Amino acid sequence: MANTVLVSLVSMGTVGALFGAGLAWASRKFAVESDARVDDIEEILPGANCGACGYPGCRGFAEAVVAGAVPCDGCPVSSSEAAALIGEVMGVTIDSNSERLVAIVHCGGGHKEAKEKADYVGITDCRAAAIVSDGSKGCEYGCLGLASCVKACPFDAMSMGPNGLPIVDEDKCTACGLCVAACPRDLISLAPVNKVVHVLCRSFGRGREVRGNCTVGCIGCRACERACEFDAIHVTDFLAEINYANCTNCGECVAKCPTNSIIIQGDQVTVAVEQTVSEQISEGARAN
Amino acid sequence: MAELALIFVGSVLVNNFVLVRFLGICPFLGVSREIDTAMGMGMATTFVLVLSGVATWLLDYYILAPFGLPFLQNVAFILIIASLVQLVEMFLQKTSPALYRALGIFLPLITTNCAILGLAILTVQRDYTLIQTIVFALGAGVGFTLALTMMAGIRQQLQFADIPKPLEGAGIALIIAGLMSMAFMGFSGMIAM
Repeated sequence: MANTVLVSLVSMGTVGALFGAGLAWASRKFAVESDARVDDIEEILPGANCGACGYPGCRGFAEAVVAGAVPCDGCPVSSSEAAALIGEVMGVTIDSNSERLVAIVHCGGGHKEAKEKADYVGITDCRAAAIVSDGSKGCEYGCLGLASCVKACPFDAMSMGPNGLPIVDEDKCTACGLCVAACPRDLISLAPVNKVVHVLCRSFGRGREVRGNCTVGCIGCRACERACEFDAIHVTDFLAEINYANCTNCGECVAKCPTNSIIIQGDQVTVAVEQTVSEQISEGARAN
Repeated sequence: MAELALIFVGSVLVNNFVLVRFLGICPFLGVSREIDTAMGMGMATTFVLVLSGVATWLLDYYILAPFGLPFLQNVAFILIIASLVQLVEMFLQKTSPALYRALGIFLPLITTNCAILGLAILTVQRDYTLIQTIVFALGAGVGFTLALTMMAGIRQQLQFADIPKPLEGAGIALIIAGLMSMAFMGFSGMIAM
């Protein structure tokens, strides 16, 4: 009995010690010199491994920074402070005057505004719907409403609103651009967070066609272009587009837009509520 | 030779490690979302299976059996497997970065995979020779890869299916695993092992 204990202790002890020594030797022998800066940079990065930078995960990006393949502020998701910290690790200074961007969905044609031409019951994915039948909406430029952008968002910053259009949570949005790439209609762009006036339409259709399909589409009337004192909004191919560099958030174009396709962000909700209230009132009046 | 072939076919199909013995279920469900990663995981596991099969066989044959210490099998095997995988990981990282990138992430995962320990214990129970052990380990690895790749293929197709909400994700994966297992049970009795 005592013999068995002794034998097992010695044999296991020897095997364990041998393997321990082997591992210790191997860790020295096969040590790979990894740059300590890679670990430091990885520490600073968000660690979401979203891949928006084009590298496989945050570590891949950190390695690329150390290798000099990308600039220190190449992470589209990190804040400018994080970029400055990475710059510190790499020994360069970053001028952080770049403004924070957020995603904005350029379509206002929800269930109520946009006409439906058909029911879509296929794969719930915008890209699939776009291929099959150009979607269920009459407007061939509008949001397909199947939430491909919401699924693409790794930061939980997008959700589908009650009107069938995606909503961006500006606090959570990191402007990684994955939703921009996911949208087959190219409806999402990244705009500076402090610019609140947006054209919620991407329709290149002529006025008549747009009006037939949607109550809030841009008809290309150029009223906004004339109203703008800052040369910030231009109509090309029957579609108004804002040059955010010149826009001052004055809201002149919003007031002049006959179809309400230009909005001031934040007012959207109140407008919708007012509409519902006024509809209810008119309906009530009709019932009476 | 015929016996080796029987061992191989037996461990690939008839007694598939995942679908019949229910060993290594964790990676079967965890790493079976895409065929590419499933293949990578399968390769890495096969590699470790053969390596640890040989190592544990040597340990049992030259240390545990002569000293009459069969009760130490489990502990000793775990020790061997864990250190061996660590060693292999370091070795790969140094000598073959390409292979390390392909298998690297899976290696630490495999250390704690019960298929590896299961194989070690099975070979001892059956008194296999070294050659038989290697063939058995190879078969187990191929069977594991087969099950994983099939599962990944099904799950890739499944992304386009309209799955009832409560069954999405793990639920439907487990149901599929059960059906696949039943299909593999059909091989039982083909080879008595």
